[in-house]
Amino acid sequence: MPIIIAFVAGLLMSAGIAYSQMIVPEKVLGFLTLNANWDPSLILVMASALAVYSTGYWLFAKKDKPLFAGQFHLPGKKELDKPLLLGSLLFGAGWGLVGYCPGPALAAISSGSSGTLAFIACMLLGWFISRKLPI
Amino acid sequence: MEHFTPFTALVGGSLIGLGALLLFIFSGRIAGISGIASSALFSQEGRSWRLAFIAGIIAGPLLVGAIVSDFSYSTPQLSWQVIVAGLLVGIGTGWGSGCTSGHGICGVSRLSPRSITATVLFMLSGMLIATLLR
Repeated sequence: MPIIIAFVAGLLMSAGIAYSQMIVPEKVLGFLTLNANWDPSLILVMASALAVYSTGYWLFAKKDKPLFAGQFHLPGKKELDKPLLLGSLLFGAGWGLVGYCPGPALAAISSGSSGTLAFIACMLLGWFISRKLPI
Repeated sequence: MEHFTPFTALVGGSLIGLGALLLFIFSGRIAGISGIASSALFSQEGRSWRLAFIAGIIAGPLLVGAIVSDFSYSTPQLSWQVIVAGLLVGIGTGWGSGCTSGHGICGVSRLSPRSITATVLFMLSGMLIATLLR
């Protein structure tokens, strides 16, 4: 059952990424580029995702455990440390350079586009580097 | 604002929130795409559900294409920018423990100070780079 839930969760999120056009780097760059043609669509993507998720989260988080698992797995770390701050800045720079964050890039893998595949290969290398060289 | 697409943005965003919520309610997990994908690759523990989640991510556009008749999307050309951006996104989300989904949606909804800080930083940094370069 956890396998099916995980697949459906990924499927719905990715369908949302595709339908909202977050899968199109130009669309994302239209939001990140502050000029006369600024496209605020991504704000509505974030706002509606936050509205749905936060409502469900706060209604359900009072329970002892999830429906199909023994416990919740929530990040416990609290401090605003160097890896969080520097990592987020570097991630944003990469996002602003091409318009891909991890979800849309992975969702676009079936396009077979050389640009998408190269981005994903470099992202995987980046994940490997971040694990081998913690800061 | 000529490219503004409020309808697809609201429907798509709601689907993203719903998918992430399913994973929390049923499995008690945070739907962070970068964390799930990198752990599926580099960690043995819990690999099967993570691979199933990534399979769903890959299948999403195929589902939309089957339902929405005129659905298509563009992809970036292969360039040095794509190489550099992929490395930055990988290293950055690795060190920063999350991306737009894990920090931006799940973490901000949980009112996590780390996720709110991360989201402000990657939004500002993304806007700065995109605006300077275009």
